[in-house]
Amino acid sequence: MSFEPRIVAFLCNWCSYRGADLAGTSRMKSAANVRPIRVMCSGRVEPVLILKAFKVGADGVLVLGCHPGDCHYAEGNYKAARRMPLLKKMLEQFGIEDERVRLDWVSASDGVRFVSIVDDITAKVRELGPFLRS
Amino acid sequence: MAKLNLAIYWAASCGGCDIAILDTNERILDIAEIADIVFWPIALDFKYSDVQAMADKSIDICLFNGAVRNSEQEHIAKLLRAKSKAMVAFGACACFGGVPALANFTNRAEIFDRAYIKAPSNDNANHTFPQTLTKVEEGDLELPECYDTVLTLAQVVDVEYFVPGCPPPVDIINKIVDALASGQLPPVGSVFGSDKALCDECDRVKEEKKITRIYRPYQIIPDPEKCLLEQGIICMGPATRGGCGQRCINANMPCRGCFGPPPGVIDQGAKMLSAIASIYDVKDEAEVKRMVEEVVDPAGIFYRFGMADSMLKRKRM
Repeated sequence: MSFEPRIVAFLCNWCSYRGADLAGTSRMKSAANVRPIRVMCSGRVEPVLILKAFKVGADGVLVLGCHPGDCHYAEGNYKAARRMPLLKKMLEQFGIEDERVRLDWVSASDGVRFVSIVDDITAKVRELGPFLRS
Repeated sequence: MAKLNLAIYWAASCGGCDIAILDTNERILDIAEIADIVFWPIALDFKYSDVQAMADKSIDICLFNGAVRNSEQEHIAKLLRAKSKAMVAFGACACFGGVPALANFTNRAEIFDRAYIKAPSNDNANHTFPQTLTKVEEGDLELPECYDTVLTLAQVVDVEYFVPGCPPPVDIINKIVDALASGQLPPVGSVFGSDKALCDECDRVKEEKKITRIYRPYQIIPDPEKCLLEQGIICMGPATRGGCGQRCINANMPCRGCFGPPPGVIDQGAKMLSAIASIYDVKDEAEVKRMVEEVVDPAGIFYRFGMADSMLKRKRM
């Protein structure tokens, strides 16, 4: 059986989770590797949550928030946008490849974009292989 | 009260914690009055066989400093655990891994390759490495096995008390001596330090945390009154337990995090990374990128003392 990546996706309640939900109710086909976790805002997703996801078995982590300027809490997604590049720089030092972690923006009406991002990260992580090297 | 039996041991350590005990100066006499030091490799001539011969739990308190990174250190940690009523993880290395735990960004093979082959001062054409067992005509020579991953003391044995700091400050060591003398030790599992972050006890003026540039400590002469973070210098204060007396801050240098995370924080490095990025006062992607570039070594700065105790514990090799 070939490797199927486990992707943890932190989805913000107001935009990306609703976008994911729309993709589901519209019966859009996508990779089935994502485990969604609903948070109120992408700005809630602090680095330790991403590290913990890897520690408990994730091969990739996706963080999706509202588009810049559209955050339900005004600035939360900007905070996420400041944290992620610094975290990724540090993850490189931990031997964690850049493509395993992704921050992106999905609006509540954009089921199509949700599917496209999920398929993309799943393909990239499948190619990278499991997080835990045997 | 009968004299306590006190053991002090050093594992992957620089010796600073032992010196800190001597830095109590004349209070060492108080220590000598309430305790018999039954094992202290840096200062006294007791051997491992002396410890082996002790009855279980006959050592009242064992101050164990240094991280665990080889089989000898693990063996002695377990031996001292069996012989001791209470184990104290003494110093940042025993508590969190300390500076030696930065070796978790590499592994034994890479370290040996660098130390015994690649280092410029080597003359080792035969690629001779230390071996755990070497047979010579007089018999067998043994060396401890070096591990890939540096561990905290608590990752090897049960630990009753934690004394953070690199090294623990003298007034905290004095508190421990007072507690031992009066027989009033804190609850098992206690950390000797404040229950709040360093910022709470830091007396610098704090206004608004918004920065547009990161400075490395050598790049500016900081204003001695203002918060260092507000001046763009990465200070680990927000993610570090207080109780050290802000000695580094008073020397106009940023906190490096040697007291480990405050209560409730699982991963000191990740928490501090989050705090630093949160105070960037820029929105533009290119500006964020610039500020990220200004943090030259995020892993080294945020995990300087806490790597072994962190969420991921080591680099993925």
